[in-house]
Amino acid sequence: MPVISYREALRAAMREELQRDEKVVLMGEEVAQFNGAYKVTEGLLKEFGPKRVVDTPISEAGFIGLGIGASMLGIRPVMELMFWSFSYVAFDQIVNNAGNIRYMSGGLINCPIVIRGPANGGTNVGATHSHTPEAILASHPGIKVVCPATPYDAKGLMKAAIRDNDPVYVMENTILYNDKGEVPDEDYIVPLGVADVKRTGTDLTIVAHGRAVITSLKAAEILEQEHGVSVEVVDLRSIRPLDEETVLASVRKTHRVLLVEENKPFCGVDAQVAYLIQSKAFDELDAPIHRVSSIDAPQIYCKRLEDQQLPNPARVVAEALKVLA
Amino acid sequence: MAKPAVLTHPESLKRPAGPSEYAKHPVNAALSKKEKVALYTKMARIRHFEQRCIRVYQQGKIGGFLHLYVGQEAVAAGTISLLGKHDHLITGYRDHGHALMVGMGMNECMAELTGKVTGCSQGKGGSMHYFAPDKNYWGGHGIVGGQAPLGTGLAYAVKYMGLKGSCLAYMGDGAVNQGAVHEAYNLAALWDLPVIFVVENNGYSMGTSQERSTAHPGCLAKRAEGYGMDWDVINGHDVYEVRAKTSEALKRAHEESRPTVLEIFTYRYYGHSMADPDKTYRDKEEIKEYREQKDPVFLFEKELLAEKVLTPEQVQAINEAAMAEADEAAAFADASPDPTVADITKHIYWEEDNRGPQTTSRGTIIFE
Repeated sequence: MPVISYREALRAAMREELQRDEKVVLMGEEVAQFNGAYKVTEGLLKEFGPKRVVDTPISEAGFIGLGIGASMLGIRPVMELMFWSFSYVAFDQIVNNAGNIRYMSGGLINCPIVIRGPANGGTNVGATHSHTPEAILASHPGIKVVCPATPYDAKGLMKAAIRDNDPVYVMENTILYNDKGEVPDEDYIVPLGVADVKRTGTDLTIVAHGRAVITSLKAAEILEQEHGVSVEVVDLRSIRPLDEETVLASVRKTHRVLLVEENKPFCGVDAQVAYLIQSKAFDELDAPIHRVSSIDAPQIYCKRLEDQQLPNPARVVAEALKVLA
Repeated sequence: MAKPAVLTHPESLKRPAGPSEYAKHPVNAALSKKEKVALYTKMARIRHFEQRCIRVYQQGKIGGFLHLYVGQEAVAAGTISLLGKHDHLITGYRDHGHALMVGMGMNECMAELTGKVTGCSQGKGGSMHYFAPDKNYWGGHGIVGGQAPLGTGLAYAVKYMGLKGSCLAYMGDGAVNQGAVHEAYNLAALWDLPVIFVVENNGYSMGTSQERSTAHPGCLAKRAEGYGMDWDVINGHDVYEVRAKTSEALKRAHEESRPTVLEIFTYRYYGHSMADPDKTYRDKEEIKEYREQKDPVFLFEKELLAEKVLTPEQVQAINEAAMAEADEAAAFADASPDPTVADITKHIYWEEDNRGPQTTSRGTIIFE
């Protein structure tokens, strides 16, 4: 199976969907002539031309809203946000318009739009460019949110998102763009709402999403090597819809849970996951659920400290040992 | 503060209202007698529907906000009467007039106001959120100016599909200071999109007059020049003028795929919404003057009587029929059932409403 990067996997997904369906249009700041601020869309303008791959001005509320309007008439826009942090200036469009219009029209309208881009800290750029809005957005019924952690999932989730008839917001991660993994050439999708057990184990379940999955896998390795602990890592992949069953099955197997995410702790995704586990698997727990989130402050600029603010293998190992104590 | 001069006022508004100088414009001359009667009937239906809504609201059957279109009928009537198969429209929250003009029924509109399952959005949208995509009507939007990018996107889709069409994106004068509107203007002009931004200028953004809300007031349409767009100003009390000038913008959209900003001067007789006691920001004399001198329905009625298209008896019959239709709509809404508790979680996601082996979603998406 070919080994390609997370970036290339995303590009392959978009290229295949552009070929498959002429209603698919890529749009965003610097996606065409510049080849993408993070080179995710590199070469696609040359391959598909300016009708299908469209540069926008720096005008998120305008062009995201335009994409939503076009999607109501059946166009399938794939909109790039250079950073998901920039979604905040387009929040009314993203939440009120895309998220509510099907409901408010009693099901007469749907918005098959994808909004994608990186949503992560750890890049030494300060608080305004380091937001992870998956929990904020997933708290709105009408919206779907996915957070791929690997190249395989990036391609499969992106293709599912583009074919989905609802607004799907794909949160990528600049730190993962160069990560490599096996990705099939052939057509496949990863359905939304299906978690993936990235590592099997018996002593502890770690539930994570996005780059926190990679961090957790590193921590799991350390826990096994240095502490003899067998850790299962469940990658949510999709925040809304959420695969509750895979999480609960793992909890029933290990009876101990650590939740890891890059969000800040207050009302993070893991607050919902913790509620799920205590409500549906309370009797299975041998210890309280613990969490590792980003330290609760705006993202710090200083790189040495930002690495401490984010979940990292050392923090995950330390918290895991508390759950196991 | 002295009232600044209105810099871009339609010429016809500077004179006392009289016979329309646009009656012989080709788009109006082309109207058959029957079409003129139909146009008048639609305006009368909007008027009587809205006035019936007041009573239903006062009976406590309509919740939330109710923004009435009374006084502004010629704007929706004139513009929408020109639209063809590939022309779309979208508006803000004062959306009833547009709904009736595109052919939505009074029953479904009234039932939506009272939150009934027979409403156009099955009781899920309310007054501000009417939709009829089968009639090219994309709402009905509650956030001021938020619909402008959507309308630009509808026009983008029309162009993308290679159709000769357009989108009319309506907004109030209060919307022109929203960033989303300016972003939409820029994209429309930059990408040559067939969108017509219709600013329904009724003089007040809620309770704030233009002078108190807008820098360099009195030239809202002229802001189009900052984006290299064409613009025009229209006397919104004269449906013939609305049709004549809008037809030019439509031609520009269809033939050249270029956007236009139309500022249509109009007036609302009631408060911003029914929750507005309308006592603090304008005086009764002003309202009285508009009602008596510039009423769009009455002016068109006079026009058609003079043209001998209508007789006074017909006018009476049309108005009585519209009132009866509105009464029936109120009765229909009364008799209709509420949505059920189970309906609360329907129509959130297309994939859930149509879940099957082909759909792309699994897992839990509605949470307890």
